[in-house]
Amino acid sequence: MLYALLGGFGVAALAPWLHQLFGRHSGWALALWPATLLVYFCGFLAGVNDGPVLIQHNWIPSLGIQLSFMVDGLSLLFAMLISGIGIFIVAFAGRYLEGHRDLGRFYTILLAFMASMLGLVLSDNLIALFVFWELTSITSYLLIGFNHEDAAARRSALQGLFVTVGGGLALMTGLIMLAMVGGSYELSSLLNQGEVIREHALYAPMLWLILLGAFTKSAQFPFHFWLPNAMAAPTPVSAYLHSATMVKAGVYLLARLNPALGSTDLWLTVLGGVGAITLFIGIWLALRSTGIKKVLAYSTVMALGTLTMLIGLGTPLAVTAAMAFLLAHSLYKGALFMVAGIIDHEVGSKDLRDTGGLFRAMPITAMVAGIAALSLAGVIPMFGFVAKELLFDAALKDAESWILALVIAGAIMTVAVGALVGFLPWYGTPVKTKKQPHEPAPALLAGPVVLALLGLGFGIAAPWVDRMLLGAAATAVAGVPVDYPISLWHGFNTPLLLSIISLIAGLLLYRWRHHFRHHTRFTETLARTGPERGYDLIMAALVKISAAQTRFFQSGYLRYYLLIVLLTFMALVWAVLLTHWPALSVGIHLQGIQLHEYVLVFVLMVAAVAAAKTDSRLGAVASLGAVGFTVALLYVMFSAPDLGITQVLVETLTVILLVLVLFRLPKFLRLTSATLRLRDVLVASAVGITMTCLLLFAADARLYESISHWHVAQSVPSGYGRNIVNVILVDFRALDTLGEIFVLALAATGVLAMIRLRAEDKRK
Amino acid sequence: MSMPNRPDSLILRVTGHFLLPLLIMFSLFLLLRGHNEPGGGFIGGLVAAAAIALHLFFTSVQSARRLIWVDPRDLIGWGLCIAIASGLFGMFGGLPFLSALWIELSVPIFGMLKVGTPLLFDIGVYLVVIGTVLNILLALAEAEDA
Repeated sequence: MLYALLGGFGVAALAPWLHQLFGRHSGWALALWPATLLVYFCGFLAGVNDGPVLIQHNWIPSLGIQLSFMVDGLSLLFAMLISGIGIFIVAFAGRYLEGHRDLGRFYTILLAFMASMLGLVLSDNLIALFVFWELTSITSYLLIGFNHEDAAARRSALQGLFVTVGGGLALMTGLIMLAMVGGSYELSSLLNQGEVIREHALYAPMLWLILLGAFTKSAQFPFHFWLPNAMAAPTPVSAYLHSATMVKAGVYLLARLNPALGSTDLWLTVLGGVGAITLFIGIWLALRSTGIKKVLAYSTVMALGTLTMLIGLGTPLAVTAAMAFLLAHSLYKGALFMVAGIIDHEVGSKDLRDTGGLFRAMPITAMVAGIAALSLAGVIPMFGFVAKELLFDAALKDAESWILALVIAGAIMTVAVGALVGFLPWYGTPVKTKKQPHEPAPALLAGPVVLALLGLGFGIAAPWVDRMLLGAAATAVAGVPVDYPISLWHGFNTPLLLSIISLIAGLLLYRWRHHFRHHTRFTETLARTGPERGYDLIMAALVKISAAQTRFFQSGYLRYYLLIVLLTFMALVWAVLLTHWPALSVGIHLQGIQLHEYVLVFVLMVAAVAAAKTDSRLGAVASLGAVGFTVALLYVMFSAPDLGITQVLVETLTVILLVLVLFRLPKFLRLTSATLRLRDVLVASAVGITMTCLLLFAADARLYESISHWHVAQSVPSGYGRNIVNVILVDFRALDTLGEIFVLALAATGVLAMIRLRAEDKRK
Repeated sequence: MSMPNRPDSLILRVTGHFLLPLLIMFSLFLLLRGHNEPGGGFIGGLVAAAAIALHLFFTSVQSARRLIWVDPRDLIGWGLCIAIASGLFGMFGGLPFLSALWIELSVPIFGMLKVGTPLLFDIGVYLVVIGTVLNILLALAEAEDA
């Protein structure tokens, strides 16, 4: 399992070379990887009805973070969708972006996304799940912004990233709370703790945070706006990430956590309500759009709303409906998006109004689109029909009446949208197009054909699909065994009646779509003041606040930096000292101090005062050097030769550095007013006093036993060295040293950049 | 620093030529003995950097660059790589990152010699310190010349 997941990242890293190796067939070659994964996951099908399979690898055991995986019906359904659709997406992309100069990089990100998405749905550990969750957000960002020379694509990419990562932040907090309440980071054990978690006082805040993460990821109202904008990505990405897989991550999380968090009033109200509203708004906007990808994107919003609503209902019937709907949607929407890509690629148009009568030129594509659209509209015998029947059934039995009304209205409009994509471009009078339309290459057609036919086949073989996987998936979501029989024909009943009504009404709506658009123009004004406007306002405010705080803190004057750093330091120190005031004691032990030590300290003080008082730079440097060397001497006296040597060397080098810059500096002038100097004196003295107090308190306060005894005792036996300082530096606390030398390297790079920039400025 | 009006000091030049190899050897000595006696990568690196700074004072930036033979930035990079690599040895044995491993070698004349990954780590520190100091020093000196 670990190799199946991490191997994906390996293949992703190698993708550019493989692309060069296989040339124009690289799409098919790379598609072998998801194909292998699909076969691997098929191996789990046999045991999926026997409960979850757990696989564990250590990652950071001390923090309870494991690379642990759980394979049950739900994760297997997702994993098979991700790898199965992935095969065709990779092959499709190879031809769709053929000759694109960044195709190699595209493969890398796409395959990395695939691995992250698989990690997300298979993780048993909450932290691992979150890491993979964020990885999908990042890869999605890179893919939306793939055409990075296009400003609109960059904006959309950033918008998608901010919305999903903002939600991710909330999600992380929520997941940590969940783990604290449930006492484990492992989903497999949390899912059995439902009652403890639901009773806990933190349940409501935890739920809201997790929902925020899931809703932003799955584009639920009011966060739905980023998804249609994400269509700036190349079409294979839209088909894969923004329809079949990534946007369903939020739905996955809700379904996954349903046994732990679900079936409370809050869960039912929020998920049912938000889901139903999203459903309606999504399909409404889909019907009002004319861009092919926009229509499909908004209808994806509808599907995500439907899934959220069904999971919110949480009954065995509803979760069965959710899983069936999920499978149906992934199949037909993946197919339809790829068809949209084919239209774009072979015909050169992205708008439904620029297409028509394409059937003659590309009959296979037209038929495939028709089959997929029938599944979208929910026409017998497609799998979409099965899903829609279940949806109606669940809404009739378990939902409130207003939700049922929205579901029926949504279904009617879905039929109209189905006609929009399955009928409009293909029949009627041909429209003159930019390119001469013709049937696409096999790599482009393979995905839509297979996915659309699967939608047909699964519909006919619905009970078999149920037995193989869907039943187990529904069981995993419900947390209790679900045995709701799925079949194509449920007999003459209310859902069937609703299906027929929605079909007829939907076709009528399609017939009168221009009137619909004309009479619903008022929603345009509504949309302009909608959630996306809110996003823009927040971003604008964020930029303003950042600019203001940057101007305040990053003034560019060293004196203000020093002032801010020192005052902050002082405030923090005193805050701690004052809160612990009663526990503090000062012990001044003057006995045992030798005369030469007094002399040294006196020299030190004189040198410090001289450094502050002098009017010459050279004098200041010399005085500071005297301070440094005296300190070094003190180190040596208190038997810390290493510190002493280091101090001497650093002093020497500092002097050298200062000499190099000294005569570059302007003349030593007094430019500041007396008041400013007084302020500086006050701050400097206050810092000095603070430091003195801190040291006095610290010398007498010992909360824990000193660790130096341990270091002294262990230096030779476990460090193999008699120089304790060095043993600590390179062995006991080597990680700290590693961090420090990285800081050194960064500082050197920074100084170099500054000096070079200045030198270049001068040259100009 | 190669300022045209730089006073040419014979004493500095002569002592400098003799001191340079001595200081470099001293820095290596400090580096190697650091585990048992005062010294170590940090101190050794500072001494080596000071030695080259001395060279810089009586010759030119170009000469100093020729002397250290590689770009100081590369020194930093190599130092970091070596330090990280020293931490990986333990990981192959299933130990956490940066765990120390020691082997005892019997070397003729010197007798038993303990060699371990901390020494490698210290060499990394040594290189980073030299690289950092020289990086800043040479950049400043070059800015002078420009």
